[in-house]
Amino acid sequence: MSLDAYRRVGLAYLPPTSEHWLGTDHLGIDMVALLVAGLRSSLYVGFLAGIIATTLGTLIGVYGGYKGGLIDDLLTACTNLFLVIPSLIVLILLSGSLQEGRSLTLIGVFIGCTTWTWTARAVRAQASSLRSRDHVALARINGYGTLGIVFLHILPYLLSYLFMVFILQTASGILSESVISMLGLGPYDSISLGNLLNQAIRNEALSDGAWWAFFPPMVLITVIAFALYVINTSMEGIFNPRLRK
Amino acid sequence: MFANHPTLRYIAGRAGWYVLTFFVAVAINFWLPRLGDANPVDTLMSRVSGSMDAKSARDKEESYLKEFGLVDLDAKGQIVRDAAGVPVRTSILSQFVRYVGMSLRGDFGSSIVQHPRPVADIITTALPWTLALQIPALILGWFIGNSLGALAAYRRGVFDRVLYPMALLVSAIPSFCFGILLVYLFGIQLEWLPTLGGYDDGMNPGLTWAFIQSASRYYILPFLSIFLLVVGGQAIGMRSMCIYELGTDYVRYAKLLGVRESLIVRYMFRNAMLPQLTGLALTLGGMVGGALIAEMIFSYPGLGLSMLTAIQSLDYPVITGCTLLVTTCVLVANFTVDILIGFLDPRIRAAREGGH
Repeated sequence: MSLDAYRRVGLAYLPPTSEHWLGTDHLGIDMVALLVAGLRSSLYVGFLAGIIATTLGTLIGVYGGYKGGLIDDLLTACTNLFLVIPSLIVLILLSGSLQEGRSLTLIGVFIGCTTWTWTARAVRAQASSLRSRDHVALARINGYGTLGIVFLHILPYLLSYLFMVFILQTASGILSESVISMLGLGPYDSISLGNLLNQAIRNEALSDGAWWAFFPPMVLITVIAFALYVINTSMEGIFNPRLRK
Repeated sequence: MFANHPTLRYIAGRAGWYVLTFFVAVAINFWLPRLGDANPVDTLMSRVSGSMDAKSARDKEESYLKEFGLVDLDAKGQIVRDAAGVPVRTSILSQFVRYVGMSLRGDFGSSIVQHPRPVADIITTALPWTLALQIPALILGWFIGNSLGALAAYRRGVFDRVLYPMALLVSAIPSFCFGILLVYLFGIQLEWLPTLGGYDDGMNPGLTWAFIQSASRYYILPFLSIFLLVVGGQAIGMRSMCIYELGTDYVRYAKLLGVRESLIVRYMFRNAMLPQLTGLALTLGGMVGGALIAEMIFSYPGLGLSMLTAIQSLDYPVITGCTLLVTTCVLVANFTVDILIGFLDPRIRAAREGGH
């Protein structure tokens, strides 16, 4: 059995056989091959969006929370502003504006840039409580600059928390990609799980009863997101001794 | 005037904040679609110009340019031209000013695909469907989800062990997958309920008995798909809030005093409720987004479907009209929640009455 996500192997919507475990899609391409390719893109988008959103949110949150004063007020106002404007809407407008060149990477960047807000908010709250700790005051007396204190004396305290944030952001990145692709605003250059679903729905997989065309991508998305949530919950148990049984 | 009226001052402060947010949303709505080089007139021209000669095509293009406010007009409403007779394009800034003015009046221009139908007309046809579907589903889901979450936290045991992983799994299912599953299972495999549209073909929307009967059959599946998702998400949040409350001193003290269990649950519920209400502000945007997607899956004749068809046919005025309206609704809902919290949370109430 060879896997090629661009080669037709049979008729449209062939049911699963021993040769093609999950049948074929509307073009007659092997579903297993498509799923493998789609999974790769979805994980890539998720991690990219997770990294961007966590980094952006952390930098804005930590800086504002440590600095306080006017800068903090401005950053908080900005965060709250983008927090209430639905990120899906911003995502639709962003991806809708670019017809060509909507690459997988670009979609990941867009998602990262629209979902950093709640990270910034949560990190800011933590950073501002760390600000008045003794070791931060000592570092200040010893002449560390703002950046030095933020990176050496505040961020290390947040690392366990940030790790969990990153996992959640990755999960939500994968979900966002599938939603945006479902709407037909997904990446043009690659096969993603959302794209597969979009194609299946548009090509009557539902009414044809071709469950193998839409069910496996849904299961994969759900399993990834669920797995990430479970990792997050168990990490919480490890990092927070109070939750241990 | 607000100085000695803390409640009014609180409301005015929040209102001012949301007005500012609204203007940022309008700006986003204007600038983001213009990041690319999509231009409504070019799109329209490519649709109509096929059978035209050069002269009438140019006339048509100029009338479109005028209609979409892309060219400067003189005092008599004529197009301003440069030396070569080419219309002078309006600067993007004055287009923006015009857009803000129009948005405030509720005028979103006209659709490209269904030209010359105004976007406002498309939206007013779709809006009642969206409101009738989403508001009951979101509110009911929120209440039931919170009650289940509190119950799971308090009972722990089997109830919690079954309910919590289930809620976690449900919240991991993307909203549209849920819709697709419902369509496939109940609509196509079992053929219990209709799946596409809002009412039977050939019926005119109106307040007749037959129409209401038909519409309510189409209502069940989209409603369920939104409702169940909200229940799952809220139950998880409420459960962890309540578990946190279980470990606090006042609960332990009340238990030691031998206070009735139902009273303790009530105390806990009230305390856990506030963060849940605050959390509503954060999740509302996402919930509405999920609900819009559900509408698209079910081809429910609401805003979600209008948005989807507009996205597929690159009908920018309709897309931005819908997005602006959805954003505005979310802002209004958030504002309401904010005011509600202000009255419910004793800490905020005290800060207000203390005259901070």
